[in-house]
Amino acid sequence: MTVVLNQSFTGISIGAVLLLIALGLTLTFGQMGVINMAHGEFIMAGAYTTYVLQKSISSAGISLLVALPLAFLVAGAMGALLEWLLIRRLYTRPLDTLLVTWGVSLMLQQLARDVFGAPNVQTAAPDILTGNISAGSVTFANNRLFILGLALLCVLGLTLVLRFTPLGRRIRAVVQNRDLAEVSGIATGQVDRITFFIGSGLAGVAGVALTLVGPIGPTMGTNYIVDAFLVVVVGGIGQLKGAVITAFALGVLQSVLEYSTTVSVAKVVVLVAIVAFLQWRPQGLYTLRTRSLA
Amino acid sequence: MTTTTTTTPPGTVTPPSTPLLNRFRVPAGFALGAVLLLGIAPLALSDFRLSLLAKYLCYAIVAVGVSLAWGRGGLMVLGQGVFFGLGGYAMAMHLKLTDAAATGEKLPDFMQLYGTGDALPWWWKPFANPGFALAMTVLLPMAVAAVLGFLVFRRRVKGAYFAILSQALAAALSIWLVGQQATTGGTNGLTDIQGFFGYSLDDPVNQRMVYFVIAVVLLLLMALARQLFVSRYGELLIAVRDSEERVRFLGYNPANIKLVAYVVAAGMAGLAGALFVPAVGIISPALIGIVPSIGFVIGAAVGGRASLVGAVLGAIAVAWAQSTLSDEFPAAWTYLQGLLFVLAVGFLPGGLASLGVVLRRRRTRTGTPATGETA
Repeated sequence: MTVVLNQSFTGISIGAVLLLIALGLTLTFGQMGVINMAHGEFIMAGAYTTYVLQKSISSAGISLLVALPLAFLVAGAMGALLEWLLIRRLYTRPLDTLLVTWGVSLMLQQLARDVFGAPNVQTAAPDILTGNISAGSVTFANNRLFILGLALLCVLGLTLVLRFTPLGRRIRAVVQNRDLAEVSGIATGQVDRITFFIGSGLAGVAGVALTLVGPIGPTMGTNYIVDAFLVVVVGGIGQLKGAVITAFALGVLQSVLEYSTTVSVAKVVVLVAIVAFLQWRPQGLYTLRTRSLA
Repeated sequence: MTTTTTTTPPGTVTPPSTPLLNRFRVPAGFALGAVLLLGIAPLALSDFRLSLLAKYLCYAIVAVGVSLAWGRGGLMVLGQGVFFGLGGYAMAMHLKLTDAAATGEKLPDFMQLYGTGDALPWWWKPFANPGFALAMTVLLPMAVAAVLGFLVFRRRVKGAYFAILSQALAAALSIWLVGQQATTGGTNGLTDIQGFFGYSLDDPVNQRMVYFVIAVVLLLLMALARQLFVSRYGELLIAVRDSEERVRFLGYNPANIKLVAYVVAAGMAGLAGALFVPAVGIISPALIGIVPSIGFVIGAAVGGRASLVGAVLGAIAVAWAQSTLSDEFPAAWTYLQGLLFVLAVGFLPGGLASLGVVLRRRRTRTGTPATGETA
């Protein structure tokens, strides 16, 4: 029983990390159809933001708190710049965005290597986040709980913005029917850029969270990016609740499989499970109903 | 003229040329390629450079398949590393076993090192047979592609979804190979391959033989791809790329059409992987994961994905640039590679093969009369 609970918690915390990373993608990939391979490098930007802050602010707790909004702005600005420079020219060719942003991600990785050096760096976690909480025989690592809370907070915030603000309404309008939104007087180009800003900013927040669980390095984005895309694919395009359910389901599946087999076998089985799942629901868990044939 | 029916990626136009020139263009180009690869290159290049060229030609073979599946079929095949790896490992397993047998050992060297006991794993055993191993280098990748393709295309999972799934497959295979250290050599892969069907690879003469085999295979596969392109199937493939729904309404099943392209491309990548092993002497997870898998499409994208010759030349050029520049200026090469990709895909989707056409069109548009053959 203890094992089951501990493994489930591990799974949930893997899921929380996945969710944080995939959240920005549900906006940029799910809603806008842009396959942004540089998303992983925006995560890296968030992580390095934390690292730089910690050099000037010695208190780990304060620097973490400052890092969260700052990383959002840094990564968001990078995303908006990318959208303005490249992606807005490619909305009619979604597949090519993958290759173009892959080129961008190569350059950003190299930039990180030139600025911060190739070896991984580490940040100190605040004291509150280093311990564990025990409930009965189950232990919860504080940093994992923090990430879980942060992920849920981001989901909540994003949901509120999309549901109840004028900006959210405009975003949803553009996603559902770009042409109709355009003729209704919505500046779709501007909405695209803001959506990209938010999506990339969320990657920055994920980067801050990742500094609590692992080292920061130029290739850290590559390690997560494919998993994050799988979450969005299985969850269904542009569906927040799909992403939430999928991230936790894949996290738990992964941790259970890792416990009973090995990490490498678990990866393969998860992939097989995803392909099998798509046989049943090719459009993902939840689908946005539109009138388009494709 | 049926020879001009090879259609172009969005954003390019078929260059207008005289019918007479067209009739001889393809055979003449093929002959020129054969003379260059089989005659001039072996004479002009040192043994070292020729073996490098052999490696680049392996990437070019993958690019032939990429040109078919991606350029013609619109299937973004980001997981070609999987098929390259399956072919490569099938070949390397056989060569390791014959190497071991030649020195009187029962097990390949790395298995003795990791100590898995005396017995060869059951799934290694059939690879001692050269015929089986050779067949597997092509059939195994094709079988994997057929299963994945069937499942994915049948349910109309397409576009970005397919690209991401094929990429995830590449990640999964390389992670799995790393994890099974005792039977696959783990991160190191299968290294230090000595012989090739009884010929020592240390001997430069035999290295040249390997080069010739690779060059001939490349030329044959290009001819095969060319025939596929101009066939009725090639037309259907382009039709599926450009408007899948319409092809469905016409009574064809787009899933089958796409499946054939994917499976053939996988077979070509498998063959390339199998030839890569004797040419380079190693196959490892680092050569087949996500990064190299994307690398396989870079060359084709830069050269021109829809143009067979463009894709092949692009693959060779990018591989050449990578090995010459990345040793001396690793940082500069990474920036250049990224920039090349951004510029080629973002601003010249037809690749360098379409550069002439794009420039000509731009000149006509700005009023300057185009030289020579105006339409």
